[in-house]
Amino acid sequence: MPASFYILALFTIMSAFCAMSLRNLVHCALCLALAFLGIAGLFLYLNAGFVAFAQILVYVGAVAILIVFAILLTRNAEKNEAKATSSLFFSIPLTVAIAAILLNAGFSTSLRSSATAATAPSVRELGTLLMTSYVVPLEIIGVLLTVALLGAIVLALPERPEAT
Amino acid sequence: MSPLQAYLGVSAILFAIGFGGVVTRRNAIVVLMGIELMLNAANLNFIAFWKFGITNNAAGYVFVLFSIAIAAAESAVGLALVILIYRHYKTTNIDETTRLHG
Repeated sequence: MPASFYILALFTIMSAFCAMSLRNLVHCALCLALAFLGIAGLFLYLNAGFVAFAQILVYVGAVAILIVFAILLTRNAEKNEAKATSSLFFSIPLTVAIAAILLNAGFSTSLRSSATAATAPSVRELGTLLMTSYVVPLEIIGVLLTVALLGAIVLALPERPEAT
Repeated sequence: MSPLQAYLGVSAILFAIGFGGVVTRRNAIVVLMGIELMLNAANLNFIAFWKFGITNNAAGYVFVLFSIAIAAAESAVGLALVILIYRHYKTTNIDETTRLHG
C-alpha cells in the first residue's frame, strides 16, 4: 500500500476518534465531517468515484449540516453536562473486544489478493443497473425516503395544545 | 498486508470507534453520530469487497448507494426525535429520559 493511503487512513481514524471524544459538540460535528471526507477519499482510492461523490454530497453536505442544526437547536442542553460519559467500566472493554474481533476477522480473510480487480461501472451503466436489476430496491428506497422525511417533519412540528 | 486487509482494518477501527461513542457518550446527538460512523465503516467494507471480490458484478457498489440513502433517512428521523425529546425534557442526555422505565 502506498504511504498516502496510510496518511489518509490515519487522518480518517483520528478525526473519527476526535468526533467521538471531544467535549464541545460543534467540534464533534466538524471532526465528523472531516471523517466523512476521509472515507470519501478512501472510496476514491478504491476507484469508486460515484460513491465517493455521493458520500461527499450526502454526508459532508447534508448529514453534517443536519447534525450542526440539531446541536444548535438543542444548544443550552449541554450546560449541566458535568459528566458527559456513562460508566466506562463495561463500555471500554466491550469496545476493545469488538475492535479485536473485527480486526482478527479482517486480517484472517482468505481473500488474499486482488485477482480480479473490479472496474467501476460508469454512470450510464449504473443507471441501467438501477433501472433493471435493482429497480425494486430503488423503488423501496424512494418510498422509504418519502415516509422518513414526512415522519421527520411531523415529529418536529410544534405540538398542538391538549384540546383534541 | 494485502490491500483488502488494510481496508478491512481501517473499517474495523472506524466501526469500533463509532461503537465506543455510542456506548460511552450520553448526548443523543453524539450517539447518532456514532451510528453514522458505524454505517460508514460498513459502506467501506462493501466497497472493499466489491473491489477485491471474486465475482465481477456491481452489487456491492450499488448497495452502498442504497445504504447511503437509508442512512440519510435514518439521520433525519433520528435528529427530529432528538429535537422532540429536547422539547419535552429540556435535555438531550439519554440517561435522563427514563419515563418508559416503568
